[in-house]
Amino acid sequence: MMPQALKDAVLTALVAFGLFAPMVGLRTDVGPSGALVLRQRWGDVAILVGLAFAGRLALLAWRAARGEPRPQSTARAEAIRRAGRLVAPLLLAVAVLLPFMPGTGRYELDLGILVLTYVMLGWGLNIVVGLAGLLDLGYVAFYAVGAYSYALLATTFGLSFWVCLPLAGILAAFWGILLGFPVLRLRGDYLAIVTLAFGEIIRIVLLNWVSLTNGPNGVSGIPRPTFFGLTFSAGGGPGSFADFFGLEPSPSHRVIFLYYLILALALITNVISIRLRRQPLGRAWEALREDEIACRALGINITTTKLTAFALGAMFAGIAGSFFATRQGFISPESFTFIESAIILAIVVLGGMGSQIGIAIAALVMIGGFEVFRDLDEWRMLVFGLVMVMIMVLRPRGLVGHRTPSVALGERRMISAEHVAEGHG
Amino acid sequence: MLRVDAVSTGYGAVQALRDVSIEVAQGEIVTLVGANGAGKSTLLMTICGDPRARTGQVVFEGRDITRLPTHEIMRLGLAQVPEGRRVFPRMSVLENLLMGAQVAGHDPAPLLHQVFALFPRLQERQTQRGGTLSGGEQQMLAIGRALMSKPRLLLLDEPSLGLAPLIVRQIFAAIRELNEKEGLTVLLVEQNANQALRLAHRGYVLVNGRITLRGAGRELLAMPEVRDAYLGGGH
Ligand SMILES: Nc1ncnc2c1ncn2[C@@H]1O[C@H](COP(=O)(O)OP(=O)(O)O)[C@@H](O)[C@H]1O
Ligand SMILES: [Mg+2]
Repeated sequence: MMPQALKDAVLTALVAFGLFAPMVGLRTDVGPSGALVLRQRWGDVAILVGLAFAGRLALLAWRAARGEPRPQSTARAEAIRRAGRLVAPLLLAVAVLLPFMPGTGRYELDLGILVLTYVMLGWGLNIVVGLAGLLDLGYVAFYAVGAYSYALLATTFGLSFWVCLPLAGILAAFWGILLGFPVLRLRGDYLAIVTLAFGEIIRIVLLNWVSLTNGPNGVSGIPRPTFFGLTFSAGGGPGSFADFFGLEPSPSHRVIFLYYLILALALITNVISIRLRRQPLGRAWEALREDEIACRALGINITTTKLTAFALGAMFAGIAGSFFATRQGFISPESFTFIESAIILAIVVLGGMGSQIGIAIAALVMIGGFEVFRDLDEWRMLVFGLVMVMIMVLRPRGLVGHRTPSVALGERRMISAEHVAEGHG
Repeated sequence: MLRVDAVSTGYGAVQALRDVSIEVAQGEIVTLVGANGAGKSTLLMTICGDPRARTGQVVFEGRDITRLPTHEIMRLGLAQVPEGRRVFPRMSVLENLLMGAQVAGHDPAPLLHQVFALFPRLQERQTQRGGTLSGGEQQMLAIGRALMSKPRLLLLDEPSLGLAPLIVRQIFAAIRELNEKEGLTVLLVEQNANQALRLAHRGYVLVNGRITLRGAGRELLAMPEVRDAYLGGGH
């Protein structure tokens, strides 16, 4: 056993060396004379290789100590299930009360807004990827369409945020359908490639259509949202939120308002997703994910099923996008790169493909984690990658891997991924 | 009830059916036997409009359905149990069954009752995921799911595929029961010619996309060509 584990760990260390030697060991810096100089960092490489070696040994030792994986006892599964039912209300309560909790400042609220934006995007993409099973790598395109829709409508025509919000959703949905048509016959990797290209095309158009979008300089001076016509101007004054309610003018009002706005938008996304899942349309999405040919045989209209999934997913991204624009006051194509699509997709996959609460937790862990490890600078990506790999090793079906049937006779029973393995034949 | 009239079709340059004509009358069980690759599945799929017939006509209950889109054809009162069962693996048995009733839009409760009466196994396992059922149970589920749309004509594509003889007998008994008690018309496609032709009122033999023989089920079974080609020596 032991020599085998050692051999394994040495191999891991070798692979780590092969990876880290060029990536970490050699670094080009701008030298004093302005020329590039090559800096060597073999010490760091040694630490990383050592970590990989030790980590592999520890993993093997842990596996050996744990022995054969035991099937979970039903009592334990039951306990987990009961605890799981508490997680959602608990998270919701924390989310609602966050602005008034002691210790919550501007920074915490901004982070909360960011997390909630990704929760909403995750729930939106979940309709496309998690429910309908259509792998979309260009989701950020719809986020961009929503953001630019609001920014341009507001700055050009002076339309208010509340008018633009649904418009942005509709426009994004329209683009979702536009993307949907050419990819109707595609599945899996082919679909992924086309959606990826679509995301890039939208970004490049935004970048190059300077007369409309102001190109790489972006759109600035995007109006901030109002509360039923009341502004959140810092100085208070007539017609402002603070004045109307007789409050001391404070910049935190706007932040709190934005926080509740995105919380409400995210919750609406959630409620609509949950509702739809129990409707014929939602069931058709799930059936489509499971087996397209069977869907055809059952008389499900594949075209409308796919297009509605694309349109609805895109609509929520568009709404989130216009929220993003109003919050930032400034947008540029830089905010809508592929990495955004990748992060949103990672949230959906890590969350367990189709699980609403899993996606919320995954967004919290990933976006929150990004912030917590901000000090790590360039190591952040490494830590991020490691966490993702670990989650996928420990919970291959995502954080919440079970799927609750949308219908049951009598008591709703959960079919957990741990209990029943996929059968064949 | 169903008339396939001189239908030819294929995939791209591949010609899968040539001038195929078959007929299924109300209340019949009609079996179509043919070797692997003869075009059996293609024929059932063409009836459902996917792939579409290149020439010829498909008429269901007096209505020309040759050019209708698949999802509309499937609402007219025919249902298909596709080859390889294709149950929804992550959905529960109950959800699978309800998917069958969804498009028809009627109350699923009485049909659910009927399916559970026909296959009590499905009732026992209604909360289990489709993908974790045994092969025989999956076949029952696939048939049950098709029945949930309350079809008058059931198209069955190789229901015996990969199943133990005992299970095959159960499945075939269920088909006969549906036909006799509920008056369901059945078009059954099989490689397993022996039992399938025994079950059938009439049968067709499909070779390389052409119908070569037709007749009463037991008549076909007695023909030396059929015996040699589809029953092997061992039966
Ligand atoms: N999707 C497809 N694309 C191309 N050729 C196909 C396709 N499906 C079936 N074929 C071809 O059509 C012929 C008939 O196939 P099929 O109807 O599946 O036969 P059977 O069901 O009798 O085994 C075969 O030659 C097969 O290779
Ligand atoms: Mg076949």
